[in-house]
Amino acid sequence: MTDKNEKLTPDERELGVLSHDTPVTTRPKEPPTRRAFLTGATSLFGVAAAHVLLAPFLGHAANVSGDPTRVPGALATEYGRRSPFERAKRLTKPQRSRTPLQDLHGIVTPSALHFERHHNGVPLIDPAKHRLLVHGLVERPLLFTIGELKRFPSTSRLAFVECSGNSGKEWKGPKGKTVQEIHGLTSTSEWTGVRLANVLSEAGLAPGATWMLAEGSDAAAMTRSLPLNRVLDEALLCYAQNGEPLRPEQGYPLRLLVPGYEGSTCVKWLRRLKLVASPVMTREETSKYTDLMPDGTARQFTFEVEAKSVITTPSGGQRLKKTGYVEIRGLAWSGRGRVEKVEVSVDGGKNWRTARLQAPILPKCHTRFCLDWWWDGGEAVLQSRCIDETGYRQPTRQELVEVRGTNSYYHYNAIQSWQIDKEGNVRNVQV
Amino acid sequence: MRGQSLLFVLLVTVAVGPADVWAASKNGLFHLGRVATPEEIQAWDIDVAPGGEGLPAGSGTVEEGQRVYAKHCAGCHGATGVEGPSPKLVGGQGTLASAHPVKTVGSYWPYATTLFDYIYRAMPFVAPQSLTPHQVYAVTAWILFQNGLLDKAAVLDRETLPKVRMLNRTGFVPDPRPDVNRPGS
Repeated sequence: MTDKNEKLTPDERELGVLSHDTPVTTRPKEPPTRRAFLTGATSLFGVAAAHVLLAPFLGHAANVSGDPTRVPGALATEYGRRSPFERAKRLTKPQRSRTPLQDLHGIVTPSALHFERHHNGVPLIDPAKHRLLVHGLVERPLLFTIGELKRFPSTSRLAFVECSGNSGKEWKGPKGKTVQEIHGLTSTSEWTGVRLANVLSEAGLAPGATWMLAEGSDAAAMTRSLPLNRVLDEALLCYAQNGEPLRPEQGYPLRLLVPGYEGSTCVKWLRRLKLVASPVMTREETSKYTDLMPDGTARQFTFEVEAKSVITTPSGGQRLKKTGYVEIRGLAWSGRGRVEKVEVSVDGGKNWRTARLQAPILPKCHTRFCLDWWWDGGEAVLQSRCIDETGYRQPTRQELVEVRGTNSYYHYNAIQSWQIDKEGNVRNVQV
Repeated sequence: MRGQSLLFVLLVTVAVGPADVWAASKNGLFHLGRVATPEEIQAWDIDVAPGGEGLPAGSGTVEEGQRVYAKHCAGCHGATGVEGPSPKLVGGQGTLASAHPVKTVGSYWPYATTLFDYIYRAMPFVAPQSLTPHQVYAVTAWILFQNGLLDKAAVLDRETLPKVRMLNRTGFVPDPRPDVNRPGS
């Protein structure tokens, strides 16, 4: 890699704008002799020792100046890590971090890049000491260890989780700059766990058990009330994410997952399920996560995430440096089921074309869409809109604001507009 | 020997049919977990419902609450509950339908029990669950008094707290979505 390429941001590499400028390593006319090679790398220690010497340097760009076909590579490692050339990272504030959607491919969010939202830090929990209590309106109050929960029949599914505050600042105008900053509180993982229904059956539901309070064992003892008949079919008590135990910031060792529901219902570090006859009206379902309407009333228990989509490439803060082919890429999702169709406009919503959807197209899961585009160097406004299997179409900002005003803060799913100027700069606008 | 044992098991399995081998439970249960003791439940059962269910014994006055607030809360929420930097607790009445709504305990919260529940489980931010029930009753009383929802002489306990009438008690409505672009519209 040249110094010039070292300075590229992941975005620029993503767009491939400098792909022709990268020099190709060529085979020298006189191949180095084995002796010369060993002298340079290891001299006294031999090839095996060279591995030992080189292994610590993995991760240092300084070690990759030569031809990788002429130097032994690094040895196997117990727990892998990404190439040191890759730098996609979450955008952090103390109690939240946002997924770099512009740097991702396909639909799965790497666990290390899954967004975070916590209300008083990430607790450190010893799984051997953790318990789940199921009580309240049940026949038998039960206590489960993580080991016991893992013995139940297991279920795995891909599902997105989106914070209902995602894109929330956009209610007040085009506030954010990048897709990560604006929409980065959504991620998709494969989640594995036990069906909530199975665990509740062990305790036995008593008459009147129509709501369930879920409580975390974090320093906020986060709590949400959920209507039992609406969540029982799909809710999972998850202990794994993308094939390994949950990340601490995702609720290790146990979290609730209610596919399609706003993220705060998927209570992390889950320690308690209490069956009750009516909602407990916790702070997180009264003071927070409720939407203030123009008439001063507030909507409550707004659970399902409505259909939404966003173009991730090109997106805010990026720059198209050359005219010609651009694959427009983005993500679409709906908390009510599958994505039926995604349409893309490059002229601010006047004309729409149907995007390609990449398989798999799963219910309540991020779905990747793509569309071919030839940028002619002129101004453009890129938009995408998602239509889900219920027939619901993602609204324009104007349609949304006409009904809900601008004081909601939560549950913003309007069409995102990216304006591209003649220099290729992409920025967030509302049209 | 090992091979013969395995063969025997296989023969028995075939002879009696697979159901007896595979179905561990006839009632669909897995018989995992153990019954929780009353003490174990009590240790975690801290939630307080709008009717007052779950409120612990104890009581607190506005005057006591002022001292608790000054010591444990004012650092983040301001001297009188309006200064911040953490969320405003006091004021904002009459602003919810305006262009600049101020959502506080007094203007927005529908239940006084929620205030007790939240302080008891999650406050103070740097030392959650460190206040006694008496302290939580007291500081709840002070915040409600500051919002004009309680007399200065009031005493809060498990009987009186659920009866406090909050200004926005009827301000919440169920989710009516889809409200924009309804299918078929």
